[in-house]
Amino acid sequence: MVEDIHMTNAIVGEPPEFRNPASESPAAKAALILAALVFLTFFLFLPLVSVFVEAFRKGAGEYLAALAEPDAVSAIKLTLLVAAISVPLNLVFGLAAAWAIAKFEFKGKAFLITLIDLPFSISPVISGLVYVLLFGSHSLLGPWLKSYGIEILFAVPGIVLATVFVTFPFVARELIPLMEDQGTGDEEAALSLGASGWQTFWYITLPNIKWGLLYGVLLCNARAMGEFGAVSVVSGHIRGLTNTMPLHVEILYNEYNFVAAFAVASLLALLALVTLALKTVLELRFGAGNTGGKH
Amino acid sequence: MADTTAVSGQWRLKQPSIIPGFGMTLGFSLAYLSLIILIPIAGLIWRSASLGWSGFFSVLADTRTQDALFISFGTAFVAALINAIFGVIVAWILVRYEFPGRRLIDAMVDLPFALPTAVAGIALATLYAPKGWIGSLFMPFDLRIAFTPLGIIVALVFIGLPFVVRTVQPVMEEIDREVEEAAATLGANRFQTITRVLLPGLMPAILTGFALAFARGVGEYGSVIFIAGNIPYVSEIAPLLIVIRLEEFNYAGATAIATIMLLISFTMLLVINLIQAWSRRRYGHG
Repeated sequence: MVEDIHMTNAIVGEPPEFRNPASESPAAKAALILAALVFLTFFLFLPLVSVFVEAFRKGAGEYLAALAEPDAVSAIKLTLLVAAISVPLNLVFGLAAAWAIAKFEFKGKAFLITLIDLPFSISPVISGLVYVLLFGSHSLLGPWLKSYGIEILFAVPGIVLATVFVTFPFVARELIPLMEDQGTGDEEAALSLGASGWQTFWYITLPNIKWGLLYGVLLCNARAMGEFGAVSVVSGHIRGLTNTMPLHVEILYNEYNFVAAFAVASLLALLALVTLALKTVLELRFGAGNTGGKH
Repeated sequence: MADTTAVSGQWRLKQPSIIPGFGMTLGFSLAYLSLIILIPIAGLIWRSASLGWSGFFSVLADTRTQDALFISFGTAFVAALINAIFGVIVAWILVRYEFPGRRLIDAMVDLPFALPTAVAGIALATLYAPKGWIGSLFMPFDLRIAFTPLGIIVALVFIGLPFVVRTVQPVMEEIDREVEEAAATLGANRFQTITRVLLPGLMPAILTGFALAFARGVGEYGSVIFIAGNIPYVSEIAPLLIVIRLEEFNYAGATAIATIMLLISFTMLLVINLIQAWSRRRYGHG
Protein backbone atom coordinates (compact mmCIF):
# COMPACT_ATOMS: atom_id res chain seq x y z
CA MET A 1 0.00 0.00 0.00
CA VAL A 2 2.52 2.54 1.23
CA GLU A 3 5.01 1.44 -1.43
CA ASP A 4 2.40 2.09 -4.16
CA ILE A 5 1.73 5.59 -2.95
CA HIS A 6 5.44 6.36 -2.90
CA MET A 7 5.80 5.00 -6.44
CA THR A 8 2.95 7.10 -7.84
CA ASN A 9 4.22 10.15 -6.06
CA ALA A 10 7.68 9.57 -7.40
CA ILE A 11 6.24 9.57 -10.91
CA VAL A 12 3.98 12.60 -10.41
CA GLY A 13 6.70 14.38 -8.42
CA GLU A 14 4.58 15.47 -5.45
CA PRO A 15 5.46 14.86 -1.79
CA PRO A 16 3.82 11.73 -0.32
CA GLU A 17 0.48 12.41 1.31
CA PHE A 18 0.07 9.27 3.32
CA ARG A 19 -1.28 9.86 6.82
CA ASN A 20 -1.75 7.18 9.43
CA PRO A 21 -5.52 7.11 10.08
CA ALA A 22 -4.83 6.13 13.68
CA SER A 23 -3.04 9.40 14.35
CA GLU A 24 -3.90 13.11 14.44
CA SER A 25 -3.38 15.53 11.55
CA PRO A 26 -0.14 17.55 11.74
CA ALA A 27 -2.18 20.68 12.48
CA ALA A 28 -3.95 19.02 15.43
CA LYS A 29 -0.60 17.74 16.72
CA ALA A 30 0.95 21.19 16.55
CA ALA A 31 -2.07 22.73 18.28
CA LEU A 32 -1.95 20.19 21.14
CA ILE A 33 1.80 20.62 21.65
CA LEU A 34 1.39 24.41 21.60
CA ALA A 35 -1.47 24.30 24.13
CA ALA A 36 0.56 22.07 26.47
CA LEU A 37 3.67 24.26 26.14
CA VAL A 38 1.79 27.51 26.84
CA PHE A 39 0.13 25.90 29.86
CA LEU A 40 3.44 24.55 31.20
CA THR A 41 5.19 27.88 30.59
CA PHE A 42 2.62 29.78 32.67
CA PHE A 43 2.38 27.25 35.49
CA LEU A 44 5.78 25.54 35.59
CA PHE A 45 8.67 27.16 33.73
CA LEU A 46 8.11 30.84 34.50
CA PRO A 47 7.65 30.26 38.25
CA LEU A 48 10.93 28.34 38.34
CA VAL A 49 12.83 30.89 36.26
CA SER A 50 11.42 33.80 38.27
CA VAL A 51 12.88 32.41 41.53
CA PHE A 52 16.41 32.84 40.16
CA VAL A 53 15.70 36.14 38.36
CA GLU A 54 14.26 37.72 41.53
CA ALA A 55 17.14 36.34 43.63
CA PHE A 56 19.74 38.02 41.40
CA ARG A 57 17.71 41.21 40.79
CA LYS A 58 20.24 43.32 42.72
CA GLY A 59 23.32 41.42 41.63
CA ALA A 60 25.41 38.56 42.93
CA GLY A 61 26.79 40.60 45.85
CA GLU A 62 23.35 41.12 47.44
CA TYR A 63 22.51 37.49 46.73
CA LEU A 64 25.54 36.17 48.59
CA ALA A 65 25.10 38.68 51.41
CA ALA A 66 21.52 37.43 51.93
CA LEU A 67 22.77 33.85 52.23
CA ALA A 68 25.62 34.75 54.59
CA GLU A 69 23.31 36.56 57.00
CA PRO A 70 23.35 34.84 60.46
CA ASP A 71 19.58 34.06 60.53
CA ALA A 72 19.81 32.54 57.06
CA VAL A 73 22.81 30.42 58.07
CA SER A 74 21.04 29.14 61.19
CA ALA A 75 17.93 28.35 59.11
CA ILE A 76 20.07 26.34 56.67
CA LYS A 77 21.72 24.49 59.57
CA LEU A 78 18.37 23.69 61.19
CA THR A 79 16.93 22.42 57.90
CA LEU A 80 19.93 20.12 57.41
CA LEU A 81 19.66 18.88 61.02
CA VAL A 82 15.92 18.14 60.73
CA ALA A 83 16.41 16.24 57.46
CA ALA A 84 19.40 14.35 58.93
CA ILE A 85 17.19 13.05 61.75
CA SER A 86 13.86 12.48 60.02
CA VAL A 87 15.04 10.87 56.76
CA PRO A 88 16.99 8.01 58.47
CA LEU A 89 14.01 7.37 60.79
CA ASN A 90 11.67 6.98 57.84
CA LEU A 91 14.30 4.98 55.98
CA VAL A 92 14.44 2.37 58.77
CA PHE A 93 10.64 2.33 58.97
CA GLY A 94 10.35 1.98 55.18
CA LEU A 95 12.69 -1.02 55.15
CA ALA A 96 10.92 -2.72 58.06
CA ALA A 97 7.42 -2.09 56.71
CA ALA A 98 8.36 -3.19 53.18
CA TRP A 99 10.00 -6.37 54.53
CA ALA A 100 6.90 -7.32 56.53
CA ILE A 101 4.46 -6.40 53.75
CA ALA A 102 6.32 -7.69 50.68
CA LYS A 103 7.89 -10.88 52.04
CA PHE A 104 4.92 -12.25 53.99
CA GLU A 105 1.23 -12.94 53.49
CA PHE A 106 -0.81 -11.85 56.48
CA LYS A 107 -4.28 -10.64 57.38
CA GLY A 108 -4.98 -6.92 57.30
CA LYS A 109 -2.14 -6.16 54.86
CA ALA A 110 -4.20 -3.93 52.56
CA PHE A 111 -5.46 -1.97 55.56
CA LEU A 112 -1.91 -1.48 56.82
CA ILE A 113 -0.86 -0.09 53.41
CA THR A 114 -3.80 2.35 53.52
CA LEU A 115 -2.69 3.51 56.98
CA ILE A 116 0.88 4.06 55.75
CA ASP A 117 -0.50 6.24 52.92
CA LEU A 118 -2.60 8.30 55.32
CA PRO A 119 -0.20 11.29 55.67
CA PHE A 120 -0.46 11.91 51.90
CA SER A 121 -4.13 12.73 52.21
CA ILE A 122 -3.92 14.92 55.31
CA SER A 123 -3.42 18.67 55.10
CA PRO A 124 0.08 19.64 56.34
CA VAL A 125 -1.54 22.12 58.72
CA ILE A 126 -3.48 19.27 60.35
CA SER A 127 -0.25 17.22 60.58
CA GLY A 128 1.18 20.03 62.69
CA LEU A 129 -2.05 20.59 64.62
CA VAL A 130 -2.19 17.00 65.93
CA TYR A 131 1.15 17.54 67.71
CA VAL A 132 0.05 20.90 69.11
CA LEU A 133 -3.01 19.16 70.59
CA LEU A 134 -0.83 16.35 71.95
CA PHE A 135 2.03 18.37 73.46
CA GLY A 136 0.63 21.92 73.82
CA SER A 137 0.12 23.60 77.19
CA HIS A 138 -3.63 22.78 77.07
CA SER A 139 -3.10 19.07 76.44
CA LEU A 140 -2.80 16.11 78.79
CA LEU A 141 0.91 15.67 78.17
CA GLY A 142 1.80 19.37 78.15
CA PRO A 143 1.94 20.13 81.91
CA TRP A 144 3.65 16.79 82.61
CA LEU A 145 6.38 17.48 80.02
CA LYS A 146 6.77 21.00 81.36
CA SER A 147 7.38 19.72 84.90
CA TYR A 148 10.34 17.73 83.57
CA GLY A 149 11.57 20.67 81.50
CA ILE A 150 11.11 18.84 78.18
CA GLU A 151 10.35 21.14 75.26
CA ILE A 152 8.75 19.62 72.20
CA LEU A 153 6.58 22.35 70.69
CA PHE A 154 8.31 25.51 69.45
CA ALA A 155 11.58 23.54 69.57
CA VAL A 156 13.55 21.14 67.40
CA PRO A 157 11.78 17.90 68.54
CA GLY A 158 8.41 19.25 67.40
CA ILE A 159 9.81 20.27 64.01
CA VAL A 160 11.35 16.81 63.60
CA LEU A 161 8.08 15.08 64.57
CA ALA A 162 6.03 17.16 62.12
CA THR A 163 8.59 16.48 59.36
CA VAL A 164 8.60 12.74 60.10
CA PHE A 165 4.78 12.78 59.87
CA VAL A 166 4.58 14.40 56.43
CA THR A 167 7.47 12.38 54.94
CA PHE A 168 6.34 9.13 56.59
CA PRO A 169 5.18 7.17 53.48
CA PHE A 170 7.89 8.10 50.94
CA VAL A 171 10.43 5.28 51.42
CA ALA A 172 7.87 2.57 52.24
CA ARG A 173 5.75 3.57 49.21
CA GLU A 174 8.73 3.16 46.89
CA LEU A 175 9.95 -0.15 48.36
CA ILE A 176 6.70 -2.11 48.80
CA PRO A 177 5.83 -2.55 45.08
CA LEU A 178 9.50 -3.13 44.20
CA MET A 179 10.00 -5.85 46.83
CA GLU A 180 6.63 -7.45 45.99
CA ASP A 181 7.75 -7.74 42.35
CA GLN A 182 11.02 -9.38 43.36
CA GLY A 183 9.27 -12.07 45.39
CA THR A 184 10.97 -14.26 48.00
CA GLY A 185 12.93 -16.72 45.81
CA ASP A 186 16.37 -15.12 46.28
CA GLU A 187 15.98 -14.89 50.04
CA GLU A 188 14.73 -18.48 50.33
CA ALA A 189 17.74 -19.71 48.33
CA ALA A 190 20.18 -17.80 50.57
CA LEU A 191 18.50 -19.08 53.75
CA SER A 192 18.50 -22.68 52.56
CA LEU A 193 22.24 -22.35 51.82
CA GLY A 194 22.79 -21.44 55.45
CA ALA A 195 22.82 -17.65 55.49
CA SER A 196 21.46 -15.96 58.59
CA GLY A 197 18.53 -13.55 58.41
CA TRP A 198 20.77 -10.47 58.61
CA GLN A 199 23.20 -11.88 56.02
CA THR A 200 20.28 -12.53 53.68
CA PHE A 201 19.05 -8.98 54.10
CA TRP A 202 22.49 -7.40 53.78
CA TYR A 203 23.89 -9.43 50.85
CA ILE A 204 20.74 -10.39 48.93
CA THR A 205 17.82 -8.04 49.55
CA LEU A 206 19.64 -4.74 49.95
CA PRO A 207 21.63 -4.97 46.67
CA ASN A 208 18.37 -5.83 44.89
CA ILE A 209 16.53 -2.76 46.15
CA LYS A 210 19.33 -0.19 46.43
CA TRP A 211 18.22 2.04 43.53
CA GLY A 212 14.59 2.04 44.57
CA LEU A 213 15.71 2.81 48.11
CA LEU A 214 17.87 5.71 46.94
CA TYR A 215 14.93 7.04 44.92
CA GLY A 216 12.62 6.92 47.95
CA VAL A 217 15.23 8.61 50.14
CA LEU A 218 15.68 11.40 47.56
CA LEU A 219 11.96 12.18 47.47
CA CYS A 220 11.73 11.91 51.26
CA ASN A 221 14.66 14.29 51.68
CA ALA A 222 13.28 16.87 49.24
CA ARG A 223 10.00 16.97 51.11
CA ALA A 224 11.71 16.99 54.53
CA MET A 225 13.81 20.04 53.63
CA GLY A 226 10.94 21.86 51.96
CA GLU A 227 8.03 21.17 54.33
CA PHE A 228 6.25 24.37 55.27
CA GLY A 229 2.71 24.00 56.62
CA ALA A 230 3.25 21.33 59.29
CA VAL A 231 6.53 22.84 60.47
CA SER A 232 5.04 26.33 60.52
CA VAL A 233 2.32 25.23 62.97
CA VAL A 234 4.71 23.60 65.48
CA SER A 235 7.78 25.85 65.19
CA GLY A 236 6.65 29.09 66.81
CA HIS A 237 8.76 31.05 64.26
CA ILE A 238 11.59 31.95 66.62
CA ARG A 239 14.20 33.66 64.46
CA GLY A 240 17.61 32.05 64.53
CA LEU A 241 16.28 29.19 66.70
CA THR A 242 13.29 27.37 65.22
CA ASN A 243 13.19 28.76 61.70
CA THR A 244 13.81 26.29 58.91
CA MET A 245 14.64 27.55 55.40
CA PRO A 246 11.02 27.61 54.12
CA LEU A 247 9.90 29.50 57.26
CA HIS A 248 12.78 31.93 56.85
CA VAL A 249 11.66 32.54 53.25
CA GLU A 250 8.18 33.41 54.54
CA ILE A 251 9.47 35.88 57.16
CA LEU A 252 11.76 37.66 54.68
CA TYR A 253 8.98 37.84 52.09
CA ASN A 254 6.50 39.29 54.59
CA GLU A 255 9.12 41.92 55.54
CA TYR A 256 9.24 42.92 51.83
CA ASN A 257 12.87 41.80 51.73
CA PHE A 258 12.26 40.12 48.37
CA VAL A 259 15.87 39.67 47.22
CA ALA A 260 16.80 37.85 50.43
CA ALA A 261 13.58 35.79 50.36
CA PHE A 262 14.23 34.65 46.79
CA ALA A 263 17.93 34.07 47.52
CA VAL A 264 17.09 31.53 50.24
CA ALA A 265 14.27 30.18 48.03
CA SER A 266 16.74 29.70 45.18
CA LEU A 267 18.74 27.25 47.33
CA LEU A 268 15.56 25.22 47.86
CA ALA A 269 14.76 25.42 44.14
CA LEU A 270 18.26 24.17 43.40
CA LEU A 271 17.65 21.25 45.75
CA ALA A 272 14.45 20.48 43.83
CA LEU A 273 16.28 20.59 40.49
CA VAL A 274 19.08 18.29 41.73
CA THR A 275 16.43 15.89 43.09
CA LEU A 276 14.63 15.86 39.73
CA ALA A 277 17.88 15.34 37.81
CA LEU A 278 18.97 12.40 40.00
CA LYS A 279 15.46 10.94 39.83
CA THR A 280 15.49 11.13 36.01
CA VAL A 281 18.93 9.48 35.84
CA LEU A 282 17.79 6.69 38.18
CA GLU A 283 14.66 6.11 36.10
CA LEU A 284 16.53 6.03 32.81
CA ARG A 285 19.43 3.84 33.96
CA PHE A 286 17.86 1.49 36.45
CA GLY A 287 14.14 1.72 35.84
CA ALA A 288 13.74 2.59 39.50
CA GLY A 289 10.46 3.98 40.72
CA ASN A 290 7.02 3.55 39.28
CA THR A 291 5.53 6.65 37.73
CA GLY A 292 2.20 6.10 39.51
CA GLY A 293 1.56 9.58 40.79
CA LYS A 294 1.08 9.33 44.55
CA HIS A 295 3.48 11.61 46.34
CA MET B 1 7.33 -17.33 64.75
CA ALA B 2 4.33 -17.72 67.01
CA ASP B 3 2.22 -19.52 64.45
CA THR B 4 4.63 -22.18 63.17
CA THR B 5 2.84 -24.89 65.12
CA ALA B 6 -0.61 -23.71 64.07
CA VAL B 7 -2.85 -26.54 62.89
CA SER B 8 -4.32 -26.03 59.42
CA GLY B 9 -7.86 -24.73 59.51
CA GLN B 10 -7.10 -22.77 62.63
CA TRP B 11 -7.14 -18.96 62.31
CA ARG B 12 -3.67 -17.67 61.69
CA LEU B 13 -2.25 -14.19 61.25
CA LYS B 14 0.22 -15.10 58.50
CA GLN B 15 0.98 -17.83 56.02
CA PRO B 16 3.97 -20.02 57.04
CA SER B 17 7.30 -18.94 55.56
CA ILE B 18 10.97 -19.79 56.13
CA ILE B 19 11.93 -16.11 55.88
CA PRO B 20 12.73 -14.68 59.33
CA GLY B 21 11.97 -11.29 60.80
CA PHE B 22 8.19 -11.07 60.43
CA GLY B 23 7.54 -10.42 64.11
CA MET B 24 10.31 -7.88 64.41
CA THR B 25 9.59 -5.86 61.25
CA LEU B 26 5.82 -5.89 61.63
CA GLY B 27 6.10 -5.09 65.32
CA PHE B 28 8.43 -2.18 64.70
CA SER B 29 6.29 -0.87 61.80
CA LEU B 30 3.11 -0.97 63.87
CA ALA B 31 4.76 0.68 66.88
CA TYR B 32 6.27 3.46 64.75
CA LEU B 33 3.03 3.94 62.79
CA SER B 34 1.07 4.18 66.05
CA LEU B 35 3.44 6.64 67.69
CA ILE B 36 3.88 8.99 64.72
CA ILE B 37 0.52 8.82 62.94
CA LEU B 38 -2.26 6.94 64.72
CA ILE B 39 -2.02 8.21 68.30
CA PRO B 40 -1.71 11.89 67.26
CA ILE B 41 -4.71 11.55 64.89
CA ALA B 42 -6.70 9.71 67.57
CA GLY B 43 -5.86 12.61 69.89
CA LEU B 44 -7.38 15.04 67.39
CA ILE B 45 -10.54 12.97 67.03
CA TRP B 46 -10.82 12.50 70.81
CA ARG B 47 -10.39 16.23 71.35
CA SER B 48 -13.03 16.95 68.76
CA ALA B 49 -15.44 14.43 70.32
CA SER B 50 -15.05 16.20 73.67
CA LEU B 51 -16.43 19.37 72.03
CA GLY B 52 -19.82 17.68 71.82
CA TRP B 53 -22.34 18.26 69.05
CA SER B 54 -23.20 21.75 70.27
CA GLY B 55 -19.57 22.87 70.38
CA PHE B 56 -18.97 21.33 66.98
CA PHE B 57 -22.00 22.96 65.37
CA SER B 58 -21.29 26.37 66.86
CA VAL B 59 -17.95 26.34 64.99
CA LEU B 60 -19.69 25.15 61.83
CA ALA B 61 -22.41 27.78 62.15
CA ASP B 62 -19.80 30.55 61.93
CA THR B 63 -20.06 32.00 58.41
CA ARG B 64 -16.30 32.58 58.33
CA THR B 65 -15.75 28.81 58.76
CA GLN B 66 -18.37 28.02 56.12
CA ASP B 67 -16.85 30.49 53.66
CA ALA B 68 -13.31 29.18 54.26
CA LEU B 69 -14.43 25.58 53.67
CA PHE B 70 -16.39 26.62 50.57
CA ILE B 71 -13.38 28.54 49.19
CA SER B 72 -10.99 25.62 49.86
CA PHE B 73 -13.22 23.01 48.25
CA GLY B 74 -14.43 25.28 45.43
CA THR B 75 -10.98 26.43 44.30
CA ALA B 76 -9.56 22.90 44.66
CA PHE B 77 -12.40 21.58 42.49
CA VAL B 78 -11.87 24.16 39.72
CA ALA B 79 -8.08 23.67 39.83
CA ALA B 80 -8.45 19.87 39.64
CA LEU B 81 -10.80 20.31 36.66
CA ILE B 82 -8.25 22.51 34.84
CA ASN B 83 -5.56 19.93 35.64
CA ALA B 84 -7.75 17.08 34.40
CA ILE B 85 -8.01 18.80 30.98
CA PHE B 86 -4.46 20.10 30.56
CA GLY B 87 -2.91 17.15 32.41
CA VAL B 88 -4.40 14.78 29.83
CA ILE B 89 -3.10 16.96 26.96
CA VAL B 90 0.38 17.07 28.53
CA ALA B 91 0.37 13.29 29.11
CA TRP B 92 -0.80 12.77 25.50
CA ILE B 93 1.97 14.85 23.89
CA LEU B 94 4.56 13.16 26.15
CA VAL B 95 3.38 9.65 25.24
CA ARG B 96 2.51 10.07 21.57
CA TYR B 97 4.61 12.80 19.99
CA GLU B 98 8.30 13.30 19.38
CA PHE B 99 9.45 16.90 19.66
CA PRO B 100 12.56 18.70 20.87
CA GLY B 101 12.65 19.02 24.66
CA ARG B 102 10.20 16.18 25.31
CA ARG B 103 12.52 14.44 27.81
CA LEU B 104 13.09 17.71 29.67
CA ILE B 105 9.37 18.43 29.91
CA ASP B 106 8.73 14.88 31.08
CA ALA B 107 11.22 15.37 33.93
CA MET B 108 9.92 18.87 34.75
CA VAL B 109 6.34 17.69 35.27
CA ASP B 110 7.46 16.40 38.70
CA LEU B 111 8.72 19.86 39.72
CA PRO B 112 5.68 20.59 41.93
CA PHE B 113 6.44 17.40 43.90
CA ALA B 114 10.04 18.49 44.49
CA LEU B 115 9.78 22.28 44.83
CA PRO B 116 8.99 23.38 48.39
CA THR B 117 5.52 24.90 48.55
CA ALA B 118 6.70 28.18 50.09
CA VAL B 119 9.06 28.70 47.14
CA ALA B 120 6.25 28.02 44.67
CA GLY B 121 4.05 30.39 46.67
CA ILE B 122 6.32 33.43 46.56
CA ALA B 123 7.25 32.79 42.91
CA LEU B 124 3.61 32.54 41.80
CA ALA B 125 2.59 35.56 43.92
CA THR B 126 5.33 37.66 42.29
CA LEU B 127 4.53 36.42 38.75
CA TYR B 128 0.76 36.87 38.95
CA ALA B 129 0.80 40.16 40.91
CA PRO B 130 -0.55 43.17 38.96
CA LYS B 131 3.03 44.24 38.19
CA GLY B 132 4.40 40.72 37.64
CA TRP B 133 5.38 39.15 34.30
CA ILE B 134 2.08 37.33 33.89
CA GLY B 135 -0.20 39.47 36.07
CA SER B 136 0.60 42.58 34.01
CA LEU B 137 -0.61 40.79 30.85
CA PHE B 138 -4.11 40.60 32.34
CA MET B 139 -4.27 44.11 33.80
CA PRO B 140 -5.48 45.69 30.50
CA PHE B 141 -8.59 43.48 30.91
CA ASP B 142 -8.91 44.64 34.52
CA LEU B 143 -8.42 41.04 35.63
CA ARG B 144 -6.57 40.67 38.92
CA ILE B 145 -5.24 37.18 39.58
CA ALA B 146 -2.98 37.39 42.64
CA PHE B 147 -4.70 38.31 45.93
CA THR B 148 -8.11 37.04 44.68
CA PRO B 149 -9.65 33.53 44.60
CA LEU B 150 -8.22 33.24 41.06
CA GLY B 151 -4.76 33.31 42.62
CA ILE B 152 -5.66 30.36 44.84
CA ILE B 153 -6.71 28.42 41.73
CA VAL B 154 -3.38 29.26 40.03
CA ALA B 155 -1.41 27.90 43.02
CA LEU B 156 -3.54 24.74 43.18
CA VAL B 157 -3.15 24.12 39.43
CA PHE B 158 0.62 24.21 39.96
CA ILE B 159 0.44 21.83 42.95
CA GLY B 160 -1.97 19.35 41.34
CA LEU B 161 -0.55 19.05 37.81
CA PRO B 162 1.76 16.03 38.36
CA PHE B 163 -1.02 14.00 39.98
CA VAL B 164 -3.09 13.92 36.78
CA VAL B 165 -0.15 13.55 34.37
CA ARG B 166 1.55 10.77 36.36
CA THR B 167 -1.70 8.83 36.83
CA VAL B 168 -2.83 9.06 33.19
CA GLN B 169 0.56 8.68 31.47
CA PRO B 170 1.25 4.97 32.30
CA VAL B 171 -2.29 3.97 31.26
CA MET B 172 -1.90 5.86 27.97
CA GLU B 173 1.40 4.07 27.30
CA GLU B 174 -0.39 0.73 27.55
CA ILE B 175 -3.12 1.54 25.01
CA ASP B 176 -3.11 -1.02 22.23
CA ARG B 177 -2.72 0.94 18.96
CA GLU B 178 -4.66 -1.77 17.10
CA VAL B 179 -7.84 -0.60 18.82
CA GLU B 180 -7.44 2.81 17.20
CA GLU B 181 -6.64 1.25 13.83
CA ALA B 182 -9.73 -0.96 14.12
CA ALA B 183 -11.86 2.11 14.87
CA ALA B 184 -10.36 3.90 11.86
CA THR B 185 -11.00 0.96 9.49
CA LEU B 186 -14.60 0.82 10.74
CA GLY B 187 -15.03 4.38 9.52
CA ALA B 188 -14.57 6.44 12.67
CA ASN B 189 -12.82 9.74 12.16
CA ARG B 190 -9.99 10.66 14.52
CA PHE B 191 -12.19 12.77 16.80
CA GLN B 192 -14.70 9.94 17.17
CA THR B 193 -11.90 7.45 17.91
CA ILE B 194 -10.53 9.67 20.66
CA THR B 195 -13.82 10.57 22.30
CA ARG B 196 -15.62 7.22 21.92
CA VAL B 197 -12.79 4.68 22.05
CA LEU B 198 -9.79 6.13 23.89
CA LEU B 199 -11.33 8.46 26.48
CA PRO B 200 -13.67 5.88 28.07
CA GLY B 201 -10.69 3.61 28.73
CA LEU B 202 -8.70 6.50 30.21
CA MET B 203 -11.58 7.75 32.35
CA PRO B 204 -10.74 5.80 35.57
CA ALA B 205 -7.16 7.11 35.47
CA ILE B 206 -8.35 10.67 34.77
CA LEU B 207 -10.85 10.44 37.64
CA THR B 208 -8.18 9.09 40.00
CA GLY B 209 -5.79 11.88 39.01
CA PHE B 210 -8.58 14.43 39.44
CA ALA B 211 -9.42 13.08 42.91
CA LEU B 212 -5.76 13.05 43.99
CA ALA B 213 -5.24 16.64 42.77
CA PHE B 214 -8.49 17.71 44.42
CA ALA B 215 -7.60 16.06 47.77
CA ARG B 216 -4.14 17.63 47.74
CA GLY B 217 -5.57 21.03 46.78
CA VAL B 218 -8.08 21.10 49.62
CA GLY B 219 -5.34 20.72 52.23
CA GLU B 220 -2.68 22.83 50.51
CA TYR B 221 -1.30 25.70 52.56
CA GLY B 222 2.25 26.82 51.72
CA SER B 223 1.83 27.76 48.08
CA VAL B 224 -1.61 29.35 48.57
CA ILE B 225 -1.17 31.79 51.46
CA PHE B 226 1.27 34.03 49.58
CA ILE B 227 -0.89 34.49 46.47
CA ALA B 228 -4.36 34.38 48.07
CA GLY B 229 -4.45 37.76 49.79
CA ASN B 230 -6.13 35.95 52.70
CA ILE B 231 -9.16 38.22 52.99
CA PRO B 232 -11.72 36.66 55.40
CA TYR B 233 -14.93 35.52 53.62
CA VAL B 234 -13.29 36.11 50.20
CA SER B 235 -9.93 34.40 49.79
CA GLU B 236 -9.23 32.75 53.13
CA ILE B 237 -8.70 28.99 52.87
CA ALA B 238 -9.67 26.47 55.58
CA PRO B 239 -6.08 25.43 56.52
CA LEU B 240 -5.23 29.11 57.08
CA LEU B 241 -8.29 29.52 59.29
CA ILE B 242 -7.02 26.56 61.38
CA VAL B 243 -3.69 28.37 61.83
CA ILE B 244 -5.48 31.65 62.73
CA ARG B 245 -7.66 29.87 65.33
CA LEU B 246 -4.52 28.26 66.81
CA GLU B 247 -2.80 31.63 67.07
CA GLU B 248 -5.89 32.90 68.93
CA PHE B 249 -5.55 29.87 71.28
CA ASN B 250 -9.01 28.83 70.07
CA TYR B 251 -8.21 25.12 70.11
CA ALA B 252 -11.88 24.11 69.84
CA GLY B 253 -12.29 26.10 66.62
CA ALA B 254 -9.08 24.72 65.09
CA THR B 255 -9.97 21.14 66.08
CA ALA B 256 -13.50 21.31 64.67
CA ILE B 257 -12.37 22.65 61.26
CA ALA B 258 -9.56 20.08 61.13
CA THR B 259 -11.98 17.23 61.93
CA ILE B 260 -14.33 18.24 59.12
CA MET B 261 -11.42 18.42 56.69
CA LEU B 262 -10.13 15.02 57.87
CA LEU B 263 -13.55 13.39 57.42
CA ILE B 264 -13.81 14.75 53.88
CA SER B 265 -10.22 13.63 53.08
CA PHE B 266 -10.95 10.10 54.29
CA THR B 267 -14.08 10.03 52.14
CA MET B 268 -11.97 11.14 49.16
CA LEU B 269 -9.45 8.36 49.90
CA LEU B 270 -12.30 5.86 49.93
CA VAL B 271 -13.66 7.20 46.63
CA ILE B 272 -10.21 6.95 45.01
CA ASN B 273 -9.90 3.33 46.16
CA LEU B 274 -13.38 2.54 44.84
CA ILE B 275 -12.58 4.09 41.43
CA GLN B 276 -9.41 2.00 41.23
CA ALA B 277 -11.15 -1.22 42.29
CA TRP B 278 -13.91 -0.56 39.73
CA SER B 279 -11.40 0.18 36.99
CA ARG B 280 -9.42 -3.01 37.76
CA ARG B 281 -12.62 -5.04 37.36
CA ARG B 282 -13.71 -3.19 34.24
CA TYR B 283 -10.43 -2.60 32.40
CA GLY B 284 -7.90 -4.84 34.12
CA HIS B 285 -5.60 -2.02 35.23
CA GLY B 286 -5.61 0.46 38.05
